[in-house]
Amino acid sequence: MTEVVYRFTVNGQPVELAVPGMRRLLDALREDLALTGTKEGCGEGECGACSVLVDGAVVDACLVPVCQVDGSDVRTVEGLATGPEALSPLQEAFLETGGAQCGICTPGMLMAARAFLDDGAEPTEDAIREAIAGNLCRCTGYTKIIDAIAMAARPA
Amino acid sequence: MPAEPPVVTPRSLAEAYELLGGDPFRPIAGGTDLMVQITGELGEPPERVLDLWRLDELRGIRLANGDALAIGALSTYTQIRRSPLVGEHLPALAEAAATIGAAQIQNRGTLGGNVVNASPAGDTLPVLLAADADIVLGSRRGERTVPAADFWTGYRKTARAEDELVLRIVFPLRPGRRTRFRKVGTRRAQAISKVVMALAYRSDGGVWRDVRVALGSVAERPIRVPETERVLEGAAPRQSVADHAAATIAGEISPIDDVRSTADYRRAVSARILHRMLREEGGW
Repeated sequence: MTEVVYRFTVNGQPVELAVPGMRRLLDALREDLALTGTKEGCGEGECGACSVLVDGAVVDACLVPVCQVDGSDVRTVEGLATGPEALSPLQEAFLETGGAQCGICTPGMLMAARAFLDDGAEPTEDAIREAIAGNLCRCTGYTKIIDAIAMAARPA
Repeated sequence: MPAEPPVVTPRSLAEAYELLGGDPFRPIAGGTDLMVQITGELGEPPERVLDLWRLDELRGIRLANGDALAIGALSTYTQIRRSPLVGEHLPALAEAAATIGAAQIQNRGTLGGNVVNASPAGDTLPVLLAADADIVLGSRRGERTVPAADFWTGYRKTARAEDELVLRIVFPLRPGRRTRFRKVGTRRAQAISKVVMALAYRSDGGVWRDVRVALGSVAERPIRVPETERVLEGAAPRQSVADHAAATIAGEISPIDDVRSTADYRRAVSARILHRMLREEGGW
């Protein structure tokens, strides 16, 4: 069990980490890479606060060990905005509808929504609800979040 | 931070078999169960982990010999939901996969993981029992096949030896067989089941043959209910039969009270689900 260096990309930037392979991707992002946009909620795959994309698929970063993202493309909430003053249309929609309240679920909601929109499925209310079924909002602002995702899905 | 036990990532099945033939390892597939265990809150974390994620030999969903559907152990619930072969030949399994967690879990959790984790509430497991699935295991010693009916031997106990891996799950395709699935949990997504049921049968001139009724979350392991199956075998799905079968299943199972539900609720809901399936299948 010699030390292994894991190489993958985060928001398009190559990273190399010499850390235990069973380190949670969540801890690697927050502690080793100082990307604290991804939040820890329950730490057991129930709440979706730590949702990130691995090779385009939304996952809970608390349930993925670093050894399983070797060679992968990881996307976090930090990668959504195109610049310091340039939020993505999805983020703008969350602001516009009031889809963000206390904010702890927001990064995960955004990433689950990003995966749903990228998938290209018909953005019906039912489909949006299913897409964020793994993300809990303790402010229970679901209606606004669903509105935001529907807004982002409409052609500008 | 959680425990970070040492992990080895073999690149081939042969390498995995060699490793498993030596020190004991806990295998990790999609991690949706094991990564919760490394927090240590549910008991001792594993000492040593074998990462199966790179073993592409365990991926893929294909027809085997034209009369069986073989699903690689590392197939995720998302892949199962989206598989045209599963949709055509075993839609109940796609339905089961769609009820597990939500997108985040379905993108990682695997059929083989559900089988080996052996939770009494494992949502796909009643489908495996009802569909007479075979579980194919492999090790340095070769491959062997264990029928699903013999695989779960007790509370979180399986017929898998420590040096074996589940390679694939094979579902025989029998002409005319229908399989149904229903899960009842607190909510539609992200819920551990209170009761989960699968039913399979073949209609023969209006009566049912080869009837299987299997349940999860009502015993220490996923089970079939032979008394209830006998009520349905050779019978037609009429109301009187449904009443009899519902009463039988309620008496046959011995669920427990726990944090998710009560024994009485589970008994009543099991009877209700079966009754409703019979009504729907009978068209009355």
